[in-house]
Amino acid sequence: MEEPVIETRGLRKAYGGRPVLDGVDLTVRRGQVLALLGPNGAGKTTTVRILSTLVAPDGGTARVAGFDVRTEAARVRAALSLTGQYAAVDELLTGEENVRLAARLAHVPRRQVRERAAEMLALFDLTDAARRTVRTYSGGMRRRLDLAVSLLSRPQVLVLDEPTTGLDPRSRAALWDVVRSVVAAGGTVLLTTQYLEEADALADRVAVIDRGVVVADGTAAELKAAVGSAHVELALADGRTERLATDGTVGDVRRVLGEVERRGLDVVHWQVRTPTLDDAFLALTGHDAGTADRTPALATTAQEPR
Amino acid sequence: MSTVDLTPRPVPPPPGPLDAARDTLALVGRSVRRSTRQLDTLLLAVLLPVVLLLMFVYVFGGAISTGMEYVDFVVPAIVLLTAGYGAATTAVDVASDMTNGIVDRFRSMPVPAGAVLTGHVVASLARNAVSTALVVAVALLVGFDPAASAGDWLAAAGVLVVYVLALTWVAVAIGLVASGPEAASGFTFVILFLPYVSSAFVPVGTMPGVLETVARLNPVTPTSDALRALLLGMPVGSTVLVALAWWAGVLVVARVASAVLFRRQR
Ligand SMILES: Nc1ncnc2c1ncn2[C@@H]1O[C@H](COP(=O)(O)OP(=O)(O)O)[C@@H](O)[C@H]1O
Ligand SMILES: [Mg+2]
Repeated sequence: MEEPVIETRGLRKAYGGRPVLDGVDLTVRRGQVLALLGPNGAGKTTTVRILSTLVAPDGGTARVAGFDVRTEAARVRAALSLTGQYAAVDELLTGEENVRLAARLAHVPRRQVRERAAEMLALFDLTDAARRTVRTYSGGMRRRLDLAVSLLSRPQVLVLDEPTTGLDPRSRAALWDVVRSVVAAGGTVLLTTQYLEEADALADRVAVIDRGVVVADGTAAELKAAVGSAHVELALADGRTERLATDGTVGDVRRVLGEVERRGLDVVHWQVRTPTLDDAFLALTGHDAGTADRTPALATTAQEPR
Repeated sequence: MSTVDLTPRPVPPPPGPLDAARDTLALVGRSVRRSTRQLDTLLLAVLLPVVLLLMFVYVFGGAISTGMEYVDFVVPAIVLLTAGYGAATTAVDVASDMTNGIVDRFRSMPVPAGAVLTGHVVASLARNAVSTALVVAVALLVGFDPAASAGDWLAAAGVLVVYVLALTWVAVAIGLVASGPEAASGFTFVILFLPYVSSAFVPVGTMPGVLETVARLNPVTPTSDALRALLLGMPVGSTVLVALAWWAGVLVVARVASAVLFRRQR
């Protein structure tokens, strides 16, 4: 089998004697999107910084595109682009100047710099703002510019650290599209997120990290399956809640509802619930992901009472 | 979406010395551009010394006896002060790069370590060349009367370049340790303050005891003495060598400190 594009084994890092990563194992294959999912302080950024050679691990190994982050840092840097949690663009330069600088640093042939920069600005819908200094950009525009800079070098691996935190829904959707185009073009993506729905929507595989340890690793479906099956949830007139197992298909839901009628249950409200990644996270870590503001109704279909 | 090529390219070979030179040049271009975008800072760095020059010449100058026209005496002081301002802004540039993620971006790219800093230093040299030329031009207009040969001018420029390089690297180190641009800007007052307690503005013999000792030890003293001697065609004695030795030493220490501070991984 082809060598993984990203592979970490037993990655450890401590700050001031306090372990932040405590043996992180990750594997990402070519063309995959891996979501590193975890709450604030779980160790996502530390993992990302080790992979992008900004921080040396205390123990374990990390390889990117086959190169060791410690001994072959220069090759790793050439293979990977990092878009950090905060946009790292030059406020005093224009969008165009930022992208052209990135093109020069990516050793794009001199005569293609202009063209390549214009292309990237267009791709990220920044053509109209290209001549303005970044200081005048909105948060969403900065993120897009940051991503344009990252993708300009056509990296083997794109690393995104909480790319949509603080973005409005439209910018988030646009970013998801970009990730999908990168993967369609053969790229590999590692993204960190606190949003379960983001991992669900984008990732081929999800690694759940909590307190520096990967507590689960699999497809979103596998994680959800590990937590339990779908069920019909009934809110009864007497205030009780009843859950009846189903495989979630139309026929089976009809069977369950038939049973409800036969038993003469007095239902005020009912819905089919499939376990969400929220449920998975709660089950895996014993606490929620700290995303109370996000809708839990991702995989839920609600019905009015009949 | 559009037809932009996002296909990953094969990992390029490790960058060679030519790549490193090109990257550094690109980052110099960036820093110079940044300087032109901070017009307020740039103007202040030029206008303030000019205002000080005029003040010292027309307001205080009459009251300070130096054994020569005060304008001739004070020009080296103003030139050194100008260089201080020009160098000090480097600390702010470096600190803001460190805190807003730009440095991390460059460090995660196959760009030579420290090329970002080199970019800021070269930009500082360029800024100082412009502001020094302007200040000298104004000085000539208000009666500065140099008696320097071409060789003297060159030697003076050489001393000034080493001085600016040393102060700029000190500013870089300050920018690297400071918690942010504001803090960096606060620290640079040391750089700006140095010329005042030296022979730059008044002969050290006129100072009270303790200050006189400080002024004699201050490396700005041999530097302003050297510049004054060179520009006015007077014997330089050992001043040029002493000044060069001082600033070369500071330069090496600040350069090494910056490299260490820059490399420390957090
Ligand atoms: N440079 C550092 N010095 C000290 N502690 C740090 C440093 N970087 C991260 N940490 C700590 O490590 C833990 C994990 O941080 P991080 O990797 O940023 O988590 P996440 O990105 O998942 O929110 C946090 O408790 C954080 O305070
Ligand atoms: Mg983080």
